[in-house]
Amino acid sequence: MSDRVRLPVFAVALTGLLGLVLWGFAGLPDFGDYAGPYGYILNRVAVPERSTTDVVTAVNFDYRGFDTLGEEFILFAAVVGVASILRKLRGERTRPPDDDAAGRRAPLTSLTVRVAGLGLVAPTILVGIYIVGHGQLTPGGGFQGGVILATALLLIYLSADYMTMRAVGPLGVIELAEGLGGAGFALIGLSGLVAGGAFFQNWLGKGTVGDLMSAGTIPLSNAAVGLAVTGGFVFMLSEFLQQTLTRRRDHRRRRRARRSR
Amino acid sequence: MSFLPYAVAAWVMGVGLYGIVTSRDLLHMVICLSVMQSASYLVLLSIGYVKDAQAPIFADVPLSTRAVDPVVQALTLTDVVVGTTVTALLLALAVQTHKRYGTLDPQELRPGREHVDG
Repeated sequence: MSDRVRLPVFAVALTGLLGLVLWGFAGLPDFGDYAGPYGYILNRVAVPERSTTDVVTAVNFDYRGFDTLGEEFILFAAVVGVASILRKLRGERTRPPDDDAAGRRAPLTSLTVRVAGLGLVAPTILVGIYIVGHGQLTPGGGFQGGVILATALLLIYLSADYMTMRAVGPLGVIELAEGLGGAGFALIGLSGLVAGGAFFQNWLGKGTVGDLMSAGTIPLSNAAVGLAVTGGFVFMLSEFLQQTLTRRRDHRRRRRARRSR
Repeated sequence: MSFLPYAVAAWVMGVGLYGIVTSRDLLHMVICLSVMQSASYLVLLSIGYVKDAQAPIFADVPLSTRAVDPVVQALTLTDVVVGTTVTALLLALAVQTHKRYGTLDPQELRPGREHVDG
């Protein structure tokens, strides 16, 4: 479709869509006038019932634990999807990074980036573990902390190179972390059934409100999800970075042919 | 001004959609989809907002404090995760598209224009 046709068609469609959106928004409560009741009920009962001080985490890993398992599987499906879309195709080969410009050396990463990047790795891991571990007390949890932990490995890539990152976090270990985390979270859900309750029943001792080891199965779920998210993100990042080393065999021939055309 | 957050959400969705429709680059298009999706975070959080209330974290405030709805905040977390996974999958498809067609311009992607080789 040419640009001249596209914009008028889009304008018509947008007008219709905007009408529908405004119609829908007209039925929403006024901003700041949340009517409840579920949010208000949860804010009253979650702390005494589950010993968590972060009600959002209580919703995610306890009251709505089953939905979060689905969310976890969405992430898992995406990891599998990225791996299969970016798999090595026929005619592709992995080449060393300097193959395209033989005789020319790629400039090394600057010393500042290397020092700053490597210096940040340990603090990043610490913050990540802290965020995963305190999910039941303060904002955070497995998803947020897992992404921070994955960043630590990306910092190694930034300050060294892809091969070093692979050496620090071998793909086998990463896949194991992703699998163990996902399976662990599902098993925590099943343990509720074994303990005689419902799927994702929080059957462990709740402890004292505000303690690091409180809220029953919620910290365990956060740890499992944190492991799965770290593994999943590092795996997806590795797959993309691996692509920079993958070329179709005829790549250079094709480029030369295009230039001579 | 109680409608303002909803208006912002509608606007964010609109500009994201405009970006997708006029995009000449698949990476740009994927980012536009992320922008469009962030409108849903705004709608979710706005629905659960309570005037003069605090976040639903009771770590150092009494239990009787007025707090906003935690359910929509938990849903927003799910929303963010879904958004990330969609972005990752679309970027992977963009990589493969570039390998096959040698371009990221959606206008250039027509059947028969892929590189026949391999």
